[in-house]
Amino acid sequence: MYPNPLIHGEAWTLKELFVLPNENIYWSLQIVCYPFMTGLVAGAFVLSSLYHVFGVKQLKDIARFALVFSFSLLFAAPMTLLLHLLHPERAFNVFSTPHFTSAIASFGVIFFTYASIVATELWLLFRKRFVEKSLALKAVTGKSFVQKIQYLFWTALTIGGFDISHETLERDEKAVKIMAGIGIPVALFLHGYVGFIFGSVKANALWMTPLMPVIFITSAVVSGIALCTVTYIVMNSIKKWLSARRAAKTRSIDAGVANIDLGVIKTTANYLLAFLVAAISLELLDLVFRGYTAVKSWDALRSVIYVHDFIPVFILQYGIGDLIPLILLLSPRLSLRRAAIAAAFVLFGIFMMRWNVVIGGQAFSLTFSGFMHYELPIIPHDIETYKEGIFGALTVFTVPFVLFYFIKKILPVDPEPKA
Amino acid sequence: MTRREFLEKMGLGIAATAIPATFFSVVKPKQLFAQVAAEKSKVRWAFLVDTYKCVGCGMCVRACKLENEIPYDTSATRTWVERYVETKDGRRFADSPKGARDGFTSPLIDLGMGKTQEIKADEVQKAFFVPKLCNQCEDPACVQACPVGATYQTPDGVALVDRTWCIGCGYCIMACPYGARFFHPATHTAEKCTFCYHRITKGLQPACVDACAFGARSIGNLKDPEDPVTKIISTERVSVLKSEFGTKPQVFYIGLDEEVR
Repeated sequence: MYPNPLIHGEAWTLKELFVLPNENIYWSLQIVCYPFMTGLVAGAFVLSSLYHVFGVKQLKDIARFALVFSFSLLFAAPMTLLLHLLHPERAFNVFSTPHFTSAIASFGVIFFTYASIVATELWLLFRKRFVEKSLALKAVTGKSFVQKIQYLFWTALTIGGFDISHETLERDEKAVKIMAGIGIPVALFLHGYVGFIFGSVKANALWMTPLMPVIFITSAVVSGIALCTVTYIVMNSIKKWLSARRAAKTRSIDAGVANIDLGVIKTTANYLLAFLVAAISLELLDLVFRGYTAVKSWDALRSVIYVHDFIPVFILQYGIGDLIPLILLLSPRLSLRRAAIAAAFVLFGIFMMRWNVVIGGQAFSLTFSGFMHYELPIIPHDIETYKEGIFGALTVFTVPFVLFYFIKKILPVDPEPKA
Repeated sequence: MTRREFLEKMGLGIAATAIPATFFSVVKPKQLFAQVAAEKSKVRWAFLVDTYKCVGCGMCVRACKLENEIPYDTSATRTWVERYVETKDGRRFADSPKGARDGFTSPLIDLGMGKTQEIKADEVQKAFFVPKLCNQCEDPACVQACPVGATYQTPDGVALVDRTWCIGCGYCIMACPYGARFFHPATHTAEKCTFCYHRITKGLQPACVDACAFGARSIGNLKDPEDPVTKIISTERVSVLKSEFGTKPQVFYIGLDEEVR
């Protein structure tokens, strides 16, 4: 006989009325974070592609930033899954024995296709820098050990392509355009497929809708643009503050950090608005359609949406996440600060949308006559409540920023100084 | 060898290796063997539940937990019994505390969150018990959903879990419309009723069938027309749970109420 009586999910599930004995909230916080993260990946990529493919010139500065950020986020997305799996040491089974009737099985294929596209695009964009660094170090006579390592590192990054003549670089630019063009559908697929994972669960009355992938894609683009806007503005202010402090310390004149072009943020905000309106329309369409058709599951869904989850759905998601940013962005004379605040609210709203899909989808029983309440584990008392608790989520949220800090050293994203 | 010859030969070589490779990937020998085995199999297990005979004693749940080493105190269970009560004033109740492991011995209905409600005997309009277990569907949603193939269907129609291969993602648990699956507290892999596959393949009855003193549960082979269970399923009025999901469940019920889901 096995001793431990608690099964996975029991620690944070409260059952009300008639819930089947095996029902629990099995997919919790990490699965909320998973679509949130991949959404950011896809959205940031789409933002960068607006410049590379569609030639939206105003987005030039933020495009490079968005692409590198998307790359750092890309590594955090699978982390959520690893933290969620009960047997993370077997995660490789998904690649070694993929069972393709399952929506999850193609994860490896889609993920690595997308990753290689982003990596190729980044390589083409930063190739000139790699070559220059490598050649500069090559010219140094009597290299120190560190310099030798640096030389090897930069040379490895060039992958042997040292031609940085004008024609070659022009050809690179064309190739970037093509890669970015291929990347858009792949990025959307990466996220649409996450929507499909949920939308195709026929046993779940809230999840099963063909709209799910489309809703996920539009909200993904929204969240990606929002995150890039916030990070871009916040990073710039931090840099400005640091520069001013340094100047004050050394009593020298503040060399200054380039101001963000408000035009860039305004254009970005317009795209954000457009996708936000599309996302809200689709979500409301889904809600209205369910209420209008009112099939058997509607009674249970209605009490989840309008009663049990009223605050997370209508206050946190639609109110703070949609309505307030709409007002902030549509009011005249948009400022950097207002744009950043609006984008932060949007991000929060998208997170709540993922929450309401994942947790809300498990808030009612298969019997339709019982409900389950999720109690977010805050203070972890074992590995499970850490992984699927607030600290696990914070870990996942921190990783991309740490990665970005290091990747930024190799692939600098600061806007080029204006002539 | 000229360049032209070289290219021609190389093209031929690539084609020669590529064709057999694509041939195998389209046919998938494993799948083919499984299909043939399923067609050849002389057995298709099916279950029959006569709800009129069930008294809600919970002996089947206890027997199952002991037989299949499911921790006794966990609320998760491979099989469970539900109680349905409708009062004269039209209120409906249902519960299954701990899967009815201890049997329904009290008139208190479990409302969850630590609350109960007593229904007096003279208030009851209609009441009955419904035993539940894995439906061993013909087109199981759980097998479709497993990303690594750790859950599979045997040629005689039972869905099993390979505990050494399951990654613990929980997609099968989400996919099952019957709530038959859960994570085993010790192995941390997906767990479900197997019709006691280790017993039925040796000519024994499943533990729950053996434990039922009232004959509410029985198992049979649908491919044998002389099988008593098959005879009942094919000649009497039986129904299945949640046929709308298209999984073709193979647990048949006598006396199923509309309210049961």
